[in-house]
Amino acid sequence: MEISNQLKNQHLMWRAGFGPAAEQLNDLDKYSPAKYFKALAKASANEPVYINVASNNLISAFENLQDAGKRKNLDEMQRREINRMMQAAVKDLNLYWLKEMISTGAQLREKMAFFWHGHFATRERNIFHTQLLLQVFRKHGLGSFRNLLKEVSQSAAMINFLNNQQNRKGHPNENFAREVMELFTLGRGNYTETDIKEAARAFTGWTANGTGDFVFRNNFHDDGNKTVLGKSGRLTGDDILNIILENRQTSRFIVQKIYCFFVNDIVDDKLVNQLADKFYNSNYDIGNLMETIFTSDWFYSMKNIGARIKSPVELLAGIQRMIPMTLENDTPLLNLQKILGQQLLYPPNVAGWPGGKAWIDSSTLMMRLRIPQMFNDKDELNVAPKQDDDTMMGQKTDGTAAVPGKEVMPKKRYGAINAKINWAQYTISYDKVKRENLLDNIRNNLFQVNASNVEITVNKDVDASSREAFIKSATIQLMSTPEYQLC
Amino acid sequence: MLIKRKEFLQIGSLATASFMMPKFLKAFESNAFVPAGNKVVVVLQLSGGNDGLNTVIPVRNDIYYRSRPSLGIKMQQAATLTDEVALNPALSAFKTLYDEGNMAILNNVGYPNPDRSHFRSMDIWHSASKSNEYWNTGWVGRYLDAQCSGCDRPTQALEVDDVLSLALKGEQANAIAVKDPRRLYGTSNEKFFKDIMKNHKADHHDEEPIDYLYKTMSQTLSSADYIFKQSRLHPTGATYPNTDLGNGFKTIASLIFSEINTKVYYISLGSFDTHVGQEAQQTRLFTQMNEAVKAFTDDLKKNGRMQDVLLFTFSEFGRRVTQNASNGTDHGTANNMFLISGGLKQKGMLNAMPDLTDLNEGDLKYKVDFKDVYATILSKWLTADADKILSGHYNMLDFI
Repeated sequence: MEISNQLKNQHLMWRAGFGPAAEQLNDLDKYSPAKYFKALAKASANEPVYINVASNNLISAFENLQDAGKRKNLDEMQRREINRMMQAAVKDLNLYWLKEMISTGAQLREKMAFFWHGHFATRERNIFHTQLLLQVFRKHGLGSFRNLLKEVSQSAAMINFLNNQQNRKGHPNENFAREVMELFTLGRGNYTETDIKEAARAFTGWTANGTGDFVFRNNFHDDGNKTVLGKSGRLTGDDILNIILENRQTSRFIVQKIYCFFVNDIVDDKLVNQLADKFYNSNYDIGNLMETIFTSDWFYSMKNIGARIKSPVELLAGIQRMIPMTLENDTPLLNLQKILGQQLLYPPNVAGWPGGKAWIDSSTLMMRLRIPQMFNDKDELNVAPKQDDDTMMGQKTDGTAAVPGKEVMPKKRYGAINAKINWAQYTISYDKVKRENLLDNIRNNLFQVNASNVEITVNKDVDASSREAFIKSATIQLMSTPEYQLC
Repeated sequence: MLIKRKEFLQIGSLATASFMMPKFLKAFESNAFVPAGNKVVVVLQLSGGNDGLNTVIPVRNDIYYRSRPSLGIKMQQAATLTDEVALNPALSAFKTLYDEGNMAILNNVGYPNPDRSHFRSMDIWHSASKSNEYWNTGWVGRYLDAQCSGCDRPTQALEVDDVLSLALKGEQANAIAVKDPRRLYGTSNEKFFKDIMKNHKADHHDEEPIDYLYKTMSQTLSSADYIFKQSRLHPTGATYPNTDLGNGFKTIASLIFSEINTKVYYISLGSFDTHVGQEAQQTRLFTQMNEAVKAFTDDLKKNGRMQDVLLFTFSEFGRRVTQNASNGTDHGTANNMFLISGGLKQKGMLNAMPDLTDLNEGDLKYKVDFKDVYATILSKWLTADADKILSGHYNMLDFI
């Protein structure tokens, strides 16, 4: 069967971005995927503008906190307030980034940042450290994996999250050394426990200061002889990262993860090995790897189209790209992320989100099917997300971190979402479509899989009172199906 | 064999429905109806890290009072269990259960290399992994995998909540989260969902993601129907406190009294993350817990089911021995568990209270691995293959 350019380009937009946008609908069939990818890559080439959501108030309060003299003058209430503001700001950053995913033309860049933020999974309640790390993902996501790995390893967020602050000569903390090999580069089974112990010694002295700069503390560093993955010497943290990158397994591990995320979670070993060799030989050029994938014929084969279950963020962003909307209040978007199991900047653990079928259980599926109706103002979010105890991040309290003694989550109904959908922006793409072709046309725009049976249902339940009502109700209904969960 | 009328009706409706169901749904459950004396587990999760030392209080321990000058609970105020031990004053019903021989207390439960982060430690308790392993499935979920292989509704385990916890996610099957059977029934009965389900034809292999989605949807609709009908079979007439927890236990009781095939119920209370002003917050939550558990156990006793139900509590960690500067406590390690049932073989204090002279950087050392408790319950109460579910061999305890 001949696969249309439209389906291929939609496939590209879902995988290399967050789905096709309303204004692209009439372009999708005009260009070859190769041309479409070129435009996508070009739009993502510029260095991203740093995202700062912290208010001037918070910035100056945080500066006071860094200054030992001024810190003494802060009482517990003031420290608590700073802490509260920082936590609120992390939520603002979540929503800001989600908006960026929806509205930016640099789809590929944000999609890569989204991937890396799940790969190098961290949680950090300090908004400034979180912003710095997010910028690393956005800036280096299509660059060199070598640079990305080093920037992430030396970021305050990662150093704090994996306890490298506590990793000192004579008192090693192996957390970072273990995860960098197990989860970030080599994968389980490709190193020994001794490698971890020795590597931990090499990372001693890697710390970060309050403002988030990397600081190497020589007096904490163990500069004795070490042997890691067969290489010996007075190894430093940099040496360990280089040794890891010299190992071809790192390329294999990263490429396989990228393949699972962007192509298909059923791995084609032969393809992945080829890509891994190429990635290694290119000195870990991520942009080059992504171009190879997104311009290959096999990427656009039927077995890869519609084969993935959208992650909650991909689903939420994808709906909003297709039917543009403004929300009176963003909080329901946070609650939806939580209920569906993927909060940006808040991965479940250092291993990130498992993805695939793990997104789906009875509660998350039924919620996914109801979301389009909620956006369309006809349904209420009457489901409560789980309480969040993780305000302390498991870190020692020094008095600056404190949790109020009252209920964290309101217990009752969450109300309507109050989205104002800008339907005109969407329905205009159907102006030239004949009435009898409308449903097919809408379905083709929304689905990446065949679903002739769904049409039977929609045809029966659709609001046919006017052309516009038909488009709206068919769109909402088609989005409320299992088929729409796939991309 | 005579089929009871009610059961006949259920079989009837299921059989009719199965004409329209895709093939993966047709495997008929052999064990759909539960015999009397059905053993059930109720897990009560105390989220946020409950302070175990102010729950089961060492009332003759000077170190306890020295470490907690303002937070320590005085002997006269606490609910005495033994010469040495008393319960938090808000837990009067638990004292009654203890005195009746319906409760056991297991101290110093934890795991090697404890993690003090909420989410990580909760993950470890949910998945039953070791602290350096990351598993994507939970211990109840893997129990469900074995119970519900090829079954049409995964109702052997239910979480009374809107959102499903990791503990109840399996490799093959996921449990159902249901806070209110009527509401779930309402949502799943929306005509549109019924229609797309009815019109779907499984024309792919089962491994295709689309079939997985339809299978989950079908299980949800079928379970919602089943759970709602069961919840109305013998709804409890007892009065429960009008709190989330009270309503949750009321739902659990009504389901236990029905003929549902559920073996594990899961419900949570929180947040116990008492860094600041601990006394007020813990008292408020314990009061809710006390009232709800009292109503529940009274109801079980009245209906002759106390023998069949094992209720246990856990929290992702206990808290630091020494109180902090904000009249609260910070994240700690080992903790105690309550085990409540009319069918306990060992009652009362199962082991020694925490040794406050032998701490690890200010935290209690664990003596009992929580996975021993899971293994014991899985194997002895639920007659399941604990080694397989937990991917390892753990010690059998003797409380059941």
